[in-house]
Amino acid sequence: MITLSEIKNILTNENSRETEQLAKDAQRLSEQYFGRTISLYAPLYLSNYCSSHCTYCGFHSHNRIKRIKLTDEQMQTEMAFVAKRGIQNILLLTGESYKATPLSYLKSAVEIAKNYFPSISLEVHPMDTDEYRELFLSGVDGITIYQETYNRERYAQVHISGKKSDYDYRRETPKRIARSGIRQISLGILLGLSDVAEDIYEFYNHLRWMEKYFPGIEYSVSFPRLRTIKGMGFVPCDVTDVTFIKIICLTRILFPRVGINLSTREGSRLRDGVLGLGITRMSAASKTSVGGYTLLAPEDQEPQFDIQDERSVEEIVQLLKTKNFDPVFTDWRRIENKVTDAIIKK
Amino acid sequence: MLQDSPFTIAGREFKNRFLLGTGKFKNKTDLSDSIAASGTELVTVALRRIDLERHQENILEYIPKHVTLLTNTSGARNAQEAVRIAHLAREAGCGNWIKIEVINDSKYLLPDNNETIKATEILAKENFVVLPYMYPDLYAARELVKAGAATVMPLGSLIGSNQGLKTKEFIKILIDEIDLPIVVDAGIGSPSQAAEAMEMGAAALLANTAVATAGNPAGLAKAFSLAVAAGRLAYLSKLPQQKVSAEASSALTGFLFEHDHSQ
Repeated sequence: MITLSEIKNILTNENSRETEQLAKDAQRLSEQYFGRTISLYAPLYLSNYCSSHCTYCGFHSHNRIKRIKLTDEQMQTEMAFVAKRGIQNILLLTGESYKATPLSYLKSAVEIAKNYFPSISLEVHPMDTDEYRELFLSGVDGITIYQETYNRERYAQVHISGKKSDYDYRRETPKRIARSGIRQISLGILLGLSDVAEDIYEFYNHLRWMEKYFPGIEYSVSFPRLRTIKGMGFVPCDVTDVTFIKIICLTRILFPRVGINLSTREGSRLRDGVLGLGITRMSAASKTSVGGYTLLAPEDQEPQFDIQDERSVEEIVQLLKTKNFDPVFTDWRRIENKVTDAIIKK
Repeated sequence: MLQDSPFTIAGREFKNRFLLGTGKFKNKTDLSDSIAASGTELVTVALRRIDLERHQENILEYIPKHVTLLTNTSGARNAQEAVRIAHLAREAGCGNWIKIEVINDSKYLLPDNNETIKATEILAKENFVVLPYMYPDLYAARELVKAGAATVMPLGSLIGSNQGLKTKEFIKILIDEIDLPIVVDAGIGSPSQAAEAMEMGAAALLANTAVATAGNPAGLAKAFSLAVAAGRLAYLSKLPQQKVSAEASSALTGFLFEHDHSQ
C-alpha cells in the first residue's frame, strides 16, 4: 500500500507532466475496468432533523433552520417526480436524528421507494448490524457512510455533541454494515476538514482493510469538498481542483475496481473535465433540501450544501453522449434480499 | 476443407464460435455494429443492465432476433441470489439461457465455484440451460457436469484484465477430461489469445472488455471472430506441437535403420 509520504509527494508535486501522467494512468484503468459508462443517480432528502452538532454542516442541531420531515404522501410526490426523470438509483438521505427518523421511518420510506426505483441506497445515521440487516431485508441495497475525517483530534473539534461525536462507533460502521448483508457500501471523507494527505492515507488503509475482510461488498467512494455555508462561520481547508483531481486519479490507480461517485456540489467545468479519469457514478439535477424537488419554493429551501451543477438529467445525458460515454440508468434489478449463512458467519 | 461438427449447446447449433459480452460499450451503436461485424450468434447481457420498463435505450432492442440471448447473473454473491436473478430473467421474458456468475470478491471478481455448482444444480432442474462461469478446477468442473451444466466456462485470466490465457494448463485439463463444450471466458484481450485458446481445443470463446473498449469495437469484434475460426481450423488440422529447439528427425531410433558397415 502507498505510504503517507508518497501521497504527500503526489498531492504537493507541482509538476504538471506528472499530474498528466497520473490522469493518463487513471483514464486507462477506468476504461479497462468500467468501459466508457457512467451510472446516474439522484439524492432525495427525507428529513433535516439532526441531533448532532457538526460545526461545518447546515443541518446541525443548533442551527436555526426550519425542520421538515416528509410524510408518506410527500415522499411519494418527491419520488414520483425523480423517477419520472428516468432516475432509477435513488439515494435517500436524512439528518442524523435517531428520534425523528428512526428505523421504522426509514423502513417505510424504503417501502415507498420500492414502487419507484430498482435500486435504493441510504445515507442516514449509523446503526447496529441488526438494524442494517432489517433495512437490507426490506430492500436496501447500499449504505453511504462518511468518516468525514480520520484525525481524532480534528474529529472531536468539529463533532461537538450528539452520537456522531463518538469517533470509534462511526469508524466501525462499515464493518457493521458489511455484516448485515448489504451489498454496496459507499465510503468517503469530507475534504477540507483536516490535512488532506493524512486523511486520504488513513482512508485508503480503511478501504483496503474492508476489501480484505469483507470482499463480497461492492465498494464505492466519494470525496465531497467542504463548501462554505451561508450564515456559518466555518472556514474549510482549501482543496484545489488540482488536488481534487489527483485524489480521484490516485484512487482509481490504487483501487481499480472501486466505484467513484461525483455529486453536484462540484461545478460543471470540473465535472466535465474529470469524466473518464475515474468517476463511475454521477448525480444529476439534484436537490439537497428536504422537499426540494416539488414541495418547497427555492426561497423556502434549506439545502445541506449548495448545488454547483444545476443541469437537467437530459443535459447530463447529452453531455455524456457527446463525450462518448454511455449513461447508465439501470445497474441493478431488485431481487428479494435474503440473509444467507455466509452473511451471518462474517 | 476440413469438416467441423457444429458447436451445439442444449441442442441448439451455432455456426460461429465467438460469443460476445455486451457490457462497457460507449454506446449502443458500437454494440450492435460489433454483433453484426463478428457474426456472433450468442451474446451475454447482465440482467442488472436490462431496463425492462423503457424501450428506448433498452439494450435488448440492439440484439437481433436471430442471436441467442444469454442472460448473466452479474451481481449475485451466492447461489440463492443467482437463482433469484435467473427467475427474474425468465419472468421478464429473457428466456431460459442463463450464464451463472457468482462473485463474492469485488477486488478480483473471481467466481465462487462452490456456489456456482449449487446454483447450476437448482437451475438445471428447473429446465434452465445453464452456462456456468468458473475458475478452471477439475473437481469443480466434474461437479458442474453432474449438476446439469450445458457447458463449462473457465476463466482465462481475471475479468477485464486482458491478460490472456494465464490458466492455460488447467483449461487444457478440462478440455481433455470434460465431455461438455469448454467455452473460454474472461481476460481474453486480443484475437491472438483467442486463437490460442481455440487451437488447444476450446469449443468456443467469449470476449467483452477488449472489444467494448477498443478504438474500433466492430473492427476488433470481427478480428476476434476470425481468430476464433482460425484457431478452430488449426485445432481441427492437428496443429503440430511447438518444439523448444531444432531436432534431428530420428535421433533416438535412427540406429535401428542404419546399415551395419562393420561386417
